[in-house]
Amino acid sequence: MSRSDAHDKPADQVTDMELPVRDSGDLANYGNDQLIDFYTSMLYVRRFEERVAEMYLRAKIGGYCHLNIGEEATVVGTLKALRDEDYFFGSYRVHGSAIVRQLPHGTVMAELFGKRDGCAKGRGGSMHLVDPERRFMGGYGIVGGSIPLSTGVAFAIKYRGTDEIVMSTFGDGATNIGAFHEGLNIASLWKLPNLFICTNNQYGMGTSVARASAVTELWKKGVAYDIPGYKVNGMDVLAVYQLTKKLVEEVRRTSEPIFVECVTYRYRGHSMADAGKNYRTADEIDEWRERDPVESFRLRLLEGEIFTQKDADDIEEAVLAKVQTAVDFAERSPYPDVAELEKFVYAEDA
Amino acid sequence: MAEITYREALRDALIEEMDQDPDVFVMGEEVGVFQGAYKVTEGLLDRFGEKRVIDTPIAEEGFVGLGAGAAMTGLRPVVELMTVNFGMVAMDQIANHAAKISYMFGGRLKCPMVIRAPGGGGQQLTAQHSHCLDVWFAYIPGLKVVAPSVPSDAKGLLKTAIRDDNPVMFLEHLALYNTKGVVPEGEHTVPFGEADIKRAGSDVTLIAHSRMVLYALQAAAQLSEEDISVEVIDLRSIRPLDAETLVHSVQKTNRCVIAEEEHRSFGVNAEVAATIYEEAFDYLDAPIERVGGVEVPMPYSKPLEQAVIPSPEKIADAVRATLGH
Repeated sequence: MSRSDAHDKPADQVTDMELPVRDSGDLANYGNDQLIDFYTSMLYVRRFEERVAEMYLRAKIGGYCHLNIGEEATVVGTLKALRDEDYFFGSYRVHGSAIVRQLPHGTVMAELFGKRDGCAKGRGGSMHLVDPERRFMGGYGIVGGSIPLSTGVAFAIKYRGTDEIVMSTFGDGATNIGAFHEGLNIASLWKLPNLFICTNNQYGMGTSVARASAVTELWKKGVAYDIPGYKVNGMDVLAVYQLTKKLVEEVRRTSEPIFVECVTYRYRGHSMADAGKNYRTADEIDEWRERDPVESFRLRLLEGEIFTQKDADDIEEAVLAKVQTAVDFAERSPYPDVAELEKFVYAEDA
Repeated sequence: MAEITYREALRDALIEEMDQDPDVFVMGEEVGVFQGAYKVTEGLLDRFGEKRVIDTPIAEEGFVGLGAGAAMTGLRPVVELMTVNFGMVAMDQIANHAAKISYMFGGRLKCPMVIRAPGGGGQQLTAQHSHCLDVWFAYIPGLKVVAPSVPSDAKGLLKTAIRDDNPVMFLEHLALYNTKGVVPEGEHTVPFGEADIKRAGSDVTLIAHSRMVLYALQAAAQLSEEDISVEVIDLRSIRPLDAETLVHSVQKTNRCVIAEEEHRSFGVNAEVAATIYEEAFDYLDAPIERVGGVEVPMPYSKPLEQAVIPSPEKIADAVRATLGH
């Protein structure tokens, strides 16, 4: 089968978004520990981000601050499918990915606080979280800008002949910018191990996908470059994980790029500065909230008798305590020394 | 020591560094099968193969960004922009990605990439293909910017650039590729941040970089017949800038002329002039004279184009002016 023929196949993956929760397979296909880990991770992203919002309003955090609330299933389902040695590139909405990738969470909160012990030593902030040791290659503030960089890491993998892959994530808005198209063309042309994950949360800032993209089925946008496209219910962590896991290994095996559109929603505004109300209705937000990735999964695990409400309560408590430790760490960390302002401009100063 | 062209010096540097370090590779439009738009990479594909000499699509933002990403893993890409004018297409990746990788990530990642790019006017390439843009890149902390004028510096600076752990803009000049000069064979590096006194003199300090160094030397030769002794300093490295050598010279000559090929306003010359005013004001016996290109998009017609670019005569006139002649 030629690669072009393969484009018919992914249609099977298209999710009927009318269903609040797609049947993403029997829970029995997963270990209880894994299911509970998915739940705990999603809840942790939710609670972490809620706390970040609070800290922003208390002026502990400044600048731009983009939250993942509503997108937890996409964040967890994609990140959990990676191996430790695989690489990750993020956009500017990247807190959740950093946590799920196991960056020491105190260093993430400390970075948001602009503190010395932040993962980018207070130089990067919300949009530029990083941890090369976990192959978390950073969050980036220019829409689509990290896509060419991510092809470069994939190129390096091929150059060295190793078998990692690169997960490159970006939003729906990025699919309209030149860097996206140049990056995808080269990734396909040179058969680079890139898994492109488009988090379609319906809006690039306040502009809906339909008002920004001539093609609203974003998974099709790699097809021009002979890249197979998939679409998945980004509110269902198992659906996201199941598909991503399969595709991560397919990219590894073939060293050819694949494109996935995760259909999700952000409940909050684009950033903390946006109330998120001018460009969408309250009904629309409510409709998406009914499919809430964290809550729907909790109910599913209860129904499936994976855990009890008592377990869920315990997890809630543990998660809140863990978030508190991140806040405490950030509070305790000093601000960077202004005398070291110019450190890190060049590699020799690092 | 052999006399070779600027182009050959660049090629020698590439070959030596690629021989020494398997992490070095060359990438760009037409660098392989075509043997380089300006033949700098001629023969490299045969010698190093497709893995390390890579032809790209016409997609500067894409392949410059790819180079930066590869560099973030420790590879050492030497990315060729067919001309520096196309760097504008890749500016986001150069200025807002590569240049920021180290700082915005708290020094936890680095980007050891070289971007080679020829520029300059005088070839009747007109408005969209005649820029130098040195100052565009030099403006950005995080980038290093060098612009050799002679073959030995071309080789020595390129070897240093490839070994440097930062993104380096390596600015070549189209009109220099065929110029010849003596170049040390084998290991020869030129450090960044060191200007070079290309001709010693005592009456006026004449500062230039890239092709303007050759014009400055011509002007100096002409002026020596009028008993004017000109010290010609080649910046070589624009960021970091070697203020010390410039200031030291002006302290000696008390007069200064700066020649730059591109537009006179807001250029490298402005930064150099400001530096000298700040650090050697009391030594100056006359205002600094700046010679730069006329502020128009580059025209096609030969006489028009020649009128835009500073000439040795215009530079010599500026030297005379600063002496009150």
